[in-house]
Amino acid sequence: MAEELPGTNVAAEPAGGDACPAAGQPLLRIEGVAKTFGTFRAVDGVSLDIKAGEFFALLGPSGCGKTTLLRMLAGFEAPDEGRILLGGKDIAQALPHERPINMMFQNYALFPHLSVRDNIAFGLKRAGMPRADIATRVAEMVALVKLEGLEKRKPDQLSGGQRQRVALARALARRPQLLLLDEPLAALDKKLRENTQAELMELQRRLGMTFIIVTHDQEEAMTMADRIGVMKSGKLAQVASPRELYEAPRSRWIAEFVGDVNLFDGETKLRDGHRLVIGTRDAGTLVVAEPREAVGTGKLAVAIRPEKVKLSRRGPVSEAGRETAINSLDGVIADICYLGGTTTYKVKLDTGGTLQASVANSARLDVDAYGLNQHVVAWFTPDDCVVLQS
Amino acid sequence: MRKVSGLSRFNIASLAFGLAFLYLPILILVLYSFNASRLVTVWGGWSLRWYHEFFNDRAMIEAAWMSLRVAVASATIATLLGTLAAVALSRGERFRGRTLFSGMLYAPLVMPEVITGLSLLLLFVALNAERGFWTVTIAHTTLTMCFVAVVVQSRLGSLDRSLEEAAMDLGCDPVRAFVAVTLPLIAPAIVAGWMLAFTLSLDDLVIASFTTGPGSATLPIRIYSEVRLGVKPEINAICTLVIALIAVVIVIASLASKLSSSQGESAAPL
Repeated sequence: MAEELPGTNVAAEPAGGDACPAAGQPLLRIEGVAKTFGTFRAVDGVSLDIKAGEFFALLGPSGCGKTTLLRMLAGFEAPDEGRILLGGKDIAQALPHERPINMMFQNYALFPHLSVRDNIAFGLKRAGMPRADIATRVAEMVALVKLEGLEKRKPDQLSGGQRQRVALARALARRPQLLLLDEPLAALDKKLRENTQAELMELQRRLGMTFIIVTHDQEEAMTMADRIGVMKSGKLAQVASPRELYEAPRSRWIAEFVGDVNLFDGETKLRDGHRLVIGTRDAGTLVVAEPREAVGTGKLAVAIRPEKVKLSRRGPVSEAGRETAINSLDGVIADICYLGGTTTYKVKLDTGGTLQASVANSARLDVDAYGLNQHVVAWFTPDDCVVLQS
Repeated sequence: MRKVSGLSRFNIASLAFGLAFLYLPILILVLYSFNASRLVTVWGGWSLRWYHEFFNDRAMIEAAWMSLRVAVASATIATLLGTLAAVALSRGERFRGRTLFSGMLYAPLVMPEVITGLSLLLLFVALNAERGFWTVTIAHTTLTMCFVAVVVQSRLGSLDRSLEEAAMDLGCDPVRAFVAVTLPLIAPAIVAGWMLAFTLSLDDLVIASFTTGPGSATLPIRIYSEVRLGVKPEINAICTLVIALIAVVIVIASLASKLSSSQGESAAPL
């Protein structure tokens, strides 16, 4: 609550003390939350726990309901069903100004008629903080986001990156228990975005605050978040760490949405200990590691990330090849895409399909590079494959 | 080398012709207000005689005072109501009949003034209201409210809704969010709306003549009835003063709306 803001607490620490939930209990618990606009079910029964101090990302394509979910957390939309518990208290129907949550808006929503200083002080004045404390807190926030010397400027006299910092400082000034960030970096160019990502992460770690970020950029989510919740059509498709999401996607859709992937449809032919032998339409017979969760005998898809695929002029040469069964596929280079650090080759397989292989350009001179129409052998181990229910 | 952006001779000529067409009559009116001669069409040398006469014409001064009071009162009420209507139309939930409501709000924009005046007269007669200052004020409010609503609504439409949300997020209830953020940002539009309503009221003849009563003539009515008895140079002097007042107000209004439309960034509350 705004009134609970301790006026004397000016150290760079998160709103703490009694407001923090007991150990083990999540800071935020979303229980079966749903929201319908007309006939469109924007958010469809989402349940999620977020721990204090976590950097959580909601990832999904546009229209998946991630922004609606965030707006329900901020209080701009009221859920039709379900509960939102913050520190054990249901805030689902509370108005935005009654929540100890602040939001950083996608377009920053800086007040154009107020200076940088007044923008940052806005929430503090509403909280009834004494003038002297406001000045101290604003100075502290300005230093935190490195905006010294720009306090008197109006938002239209700032660059995009500076505005982003003001918006961040304004949202952080009240020391919310939870900070929501709606596509915070979408308006910045690539280089600035990467720097800002690092700064945001550093800031979050230093303040020990809980961040929930909404983004459609999977790279951004992977870089910054401790955990990612992937949303699709109003539902949470998977909640996992970035690594788990990438290496063990739970569905074909997630595998395709997060990063690049080669997918081959097929059916189980044989079950041999920890190995599955899968006959695919486009890539012949593949040997894959048995997935942790049992898959049915029906139609399956084998997923291999491009960087897991190795290329060589002759057969597999690695020492791993002697111990494990190896999938090796003959083909011809059909397309080359040079990306600087890596090169992506499209291999037209003799079995009919196409396979993407991403190879690191570890040497400056291209003696190892392959040319168009060159015959190659593409290979990967059973552990590199993920079996997905089709 | 000829300047690419320079005006051609044809452009200059057509511009001059257009401006002359618009402003020559007014220029002549202003010029003859300084005429020493009693005859309107004969130049008798420079003089401020007719201004002097106007300031000694009690009836005329009273009419001018009446007009000014009506204009200020009706512009203020119209600004209040028009702003509320604009806020309701652009910020409120989509209520039933919203389209009808906005259509009805804007109807007086295109309604012939005779019809507005006549219908108001019938209303006041039916209500048995004594016609005078208040009936004219109410009538002018009806006329000018839609202009204010148009100006304010266009400004509201260009404002980012997330500004209000940000204010609420930072601890304002909806009303305080409006006062602290939206109001300062639309203030120039509100000022421009008031000025517009003020000038419209000041120069209205038709509606005022329908809705006013005996002894409370506005300046346009007074001028019109004087002119019917023959044009006195004094009228020229009054008209020159009115033109000067309206010109000042219009310049302020357009400056205010320019401030308002230039992103509103530096538009401080007036």
